[in-house]
Parts: sequence; structure tokens; C-alpha cells
Amino acid sequence: MSEPLVRLENVRFAYGERAILRDISLSIPRGKVVAIMGGSGCGKTTLLRLIGGQERAVAGRVMVDGEDVGRLGREALYALRRRMGMLFQFGALFTDMSVFDNVAFPLREHTDLPAELINDLVLMKLHAVGLRGAARLMPGELSGGMARRVALARTIALDPMLLMYDEPFTGLDPISLGVIGQLIRRLNDALGASSVIVTHDIQESLQIVDYIYFISEGRVAAEGTPEAIRNSTDPFVHQFVHAEADGPVPFHYPAGDYATALVGGAA
Amino acid sequence: MVGAIRRLGALVINGVWQLGFMARFFWLILVYSGQSFTRIHLTVRELYFSGVMSLLIILVSGLFVGLVLGLQGYETLQRYGASDSLGTLVALSLVRELGPVVAGLLFASRAGSAVTAEIGLMKVTEQLKAMDMMAVSPIARVVAPRFWGGVVSMPLLAALFSAMGVFGGWLIGVVVIGVDDGAFWAQMQDAVDFQYDVLNGVIKSCVFGVAVALIAVFEGYDCVPTAEGVSRAITRTVVSSALAILALDFVMTSFMFRG
Repeated sequence: MSEPLVRLENVRFAYGERAILRDISLSIPRGKVVAIMGGSGCGKTTLLRLIGGQERAVAGRVMVDGEDVGRLGREALYALRRRMGMLFQFGALFTDMSVFDNVAFPLREHTDLPAELINDLVLMKLHAVGLRGAARLMPGELSGGMARRVALARTIALDPMLLMYDEPFTGLDPISLGVIGQLIRRLNDALGASSVIVTHDIQESLQIVDYIYFISEGRVAAEGTPEAIRNSTDPFVHQFVHAEADGPVPFHYPAGDYATALVGGAA
Repeated sequence: MVGAIRRLGALVINGVWQLGFMARFFWLILVYSGQSFTRIHLTVRELYFSGVMSLLIILVSGLFVGLVLGLQGYETLQRYGASDSLGTLVALSLVRELGPVVAGLLFASRAGSAVTAEIGLMKVTEQLKAMDMMAVSPIARVVAPRFWGGVVSMPLLAALFSAMGVFGGWLIGVVVIGVDDGAFWAQMQDAVDFQYDVLNGVIKSCVFGVAVALIAVFEGYDCVPTAEGVSRAITRTVVSSALAILALDFVMTSFMFRG
């Protein structure tokens, strides 16, 4: 089996005193779509930032295509990022540029291709996400789902080896959600890329991904294929898959004794 | 008591840290300026937004300042029988002080705040992060063009402000009040020295341009990425720019015009 494209080895990360990731080891095999799931604020997005080199691990290693991201200098990191694409939660389209110019942006910045070729490439990318007809619109004229598809076209503009998705399903109607899910799968297979999806949308993820990691309290709490996850008896996975309010992830934020707080008048 | 000292200490340390961070940021802007000049259309675009779009407020304000200077100056000068020197008074006040300072204050509120808001909102909507993830430096692509747009616009706007002010002074003094036209211009030409008065004024406006542009891009880039954070950053841009302009003006005046 070939070396996975991304490998995290005993990664620890903290914002100041606050530990976010305590000891994470996971890998993203080439050609696969992997979901990283967990409750809000469990450090999922931080994981993507570590892979993209926007943050550096306090301990452990983050390896991407054989390179230790935490040790790369600015030039080498930028060279690596040209082979990565990241889709931000709300698209992060450049609001002063049209849809066409947004998708053309990475091509214009990183290549010397003639304008005709850039034009063709942009139209092909937009066609792949079904928005060729929206090329002349401005980001403000797009719906949330459309904006995310344009951002997806921009993400794949340079045919990256690794695609990272930060909460791609948040705030979408069921149709847009399905469209984005299918696009993630199809584009990954068509480009021969590998994808990491950070999400808490379990039902959509189970349909499109190859492998799932659950993160809780800064550690990998569970992992497995969608089939294994569906049939899992692990209390944490069960609570997550069936959206139960209480379980290993408690409903109540840690607090002192309730009766004492009411009688004593203190929270 | 200990708490107060601690707060004061924290304030000072924070201020020094912020200043150091700003200096490093300024250095990065200079380093990345080469890259941004290779895409000169970006800087030209910012020149349009910062410079051309500020023209109206600068020209109208310049005219009114000139009109007031003409009225006030004439009123005072005629007490000493020196109303013919109105041109000198108007021109010197404008090119030495009012032109650079008032244009700088207006520029900070009109263009500086807009630049801070734009960069701040790009940060809120993750556009800067997205750019960085695409291996494009936001400092080269977003910050440096806006900085140079401000630096180049400011002296030009100050010059136009002064020109409009002189015109305003002439309008009120010569056309309305009836000061002798020849005396107005001749005395002005005689008393205003190019190097001592005009050039020093231009130097002032260039320094104000660097200060306002740097504060505006820094506050935008450094803001807390929330609606409240952007609003605070805009306020800080306007307040810090105004204080920087007035303080720098005092320092430069004390070096330039010591009599």
C-alpha cells in the first residue's frame, strides 16, 4: 500500500494555555475522501489549518506528500500550498471580483498562461460545478450554495493533489447540500486527488466518504468506514450518528452541584 | 493599587508590542512592494479609490477653508492697514500648515477608514486566509497596493487643497471685498519661498501620507475578525491618524520653521 498523502503523528496543539488537540494520529490515503467529525469546537478546523500550514503543531509531525509542514519555510510552504486547495466554510470569494475572475485568480497568479487558455480553463471549471452560465455575476448576486460551488471551482483551478473542505454543508438547503456532496466525491475521483472534509453532517458524509475519524476532547475517539460507523456500538459514535442530546458528550456544560447553586444563589 | 500598576504595565507592554508589530508589518510591506509593483494596475486602482474618490471632499473643504481664511485674514490685516498682504497670509497658512494637516485629517476619515473597513471585512469573510492558502501573499496583493495608493494620493490631495484654498481666499478677498488683484498675487509671489515654504509643506504631506496609509492598512489587517472588531478598527484608524498627523506636524514644524 502506498504512503498516505497526509499523515498526522501524535500531534498536539494549543492556543496559549487552552489545549485543542491533545494527541492526534491519523492518515489520509491517496485517492480517498476522508471525513473528520466531532462536535462544534472540538478542533476539527484546527486540524485543517495544521495540514495547510496556517498553524504549527506544538508537538508531533504533520506530513503532507512526504514533507513536514511544520518545518517548511515560507517559500516551500507556498510551493506546497499550490498543490492544495481549501474550500472555506462560506466560500471566501473575493467580493470585488466577478465569478469568472475569482476562478481565474489562482491561474493568473501562478501561471503565465495566455488569456484564451485561462478563459477556457475557467469555463471548464465552472462547467464542472454547473455554473458556467453565472460567470459574469458578482459574488453578492449568488445564493449560499452557488457561492460555495464557485469557491469549489476556484479551489480546483490548479488541479490540486489535496482538497480540504471546512464545513462544506453548513447552512445549505437539502438540494444544494446533495449537490455539494456529489461534487466533492466526483471531483475527487476525476482529479485523482485526496479529500479531507471537516463536518458534523453525519448523514451526508456517510454517503460520500471512504473513511471517518471522530474527534473528541482533542483525541481520535473512533474511526472506521461508513459501514462500520453505521453499525458501531461505541456509545460516542452511537450518540453522534443518532443525534442524541445526552450521552458520552454531556448535555450540560461542566458545573457545580445544581441544588447547591440554587440554594446558595451562586452559579 | 497593585491592580492599577499591573494594568498600567500591561497597557505599556501592549503598546510597545503593538508598535513593534507595526514596524515589522511596515517592513513586510516594503519587502512585498516589489511584487505588488509588478501588478501595477492594483496600485492604480487604489489610487483611484483613495485619491480620485477623495477629490470632492478635499476640493470643497479647501475652498471653504480659503474663503474663511480670506474673511478672517482681511478682518485682522485691515486693522494694521496691511490688507494687501492678504495673499501672503492665505498662501503661507495653506502651504505650510492647513493644506497638509487638514487634507491629512480629511484623507484619514474618508480614505483611511474605507481602507481599514475593506481589509477588515476581507479578514472577517476569510478572503485573506483564502488568498494565503492559494499561496498568494495578502500583503503583496491587498495591503501593499492600498498602502502605496494612500502614500501617492496624499501629497497630491494636499496640493489641490492648498490651490483650492488660495482660490477661495482670492475669491473672497479680491472679488467680494475688493482687495487689489495685483497686490494680492504680487505679495504672495514675493513672500512665498519655494523651498522654505512649499517644499516643506510637500514633505509634511508625504509624511502624513505614509502615517495615515500605514495606520489604515495595519488596523484593517490586525482587526478582530468580527463586526465589532472592524468597527473598532475603523475608529482607531481615524483617531490614531488624527493624533499622528498633529503630533508629527508639531515635530516637523519645530525642525522646519524655527525662524
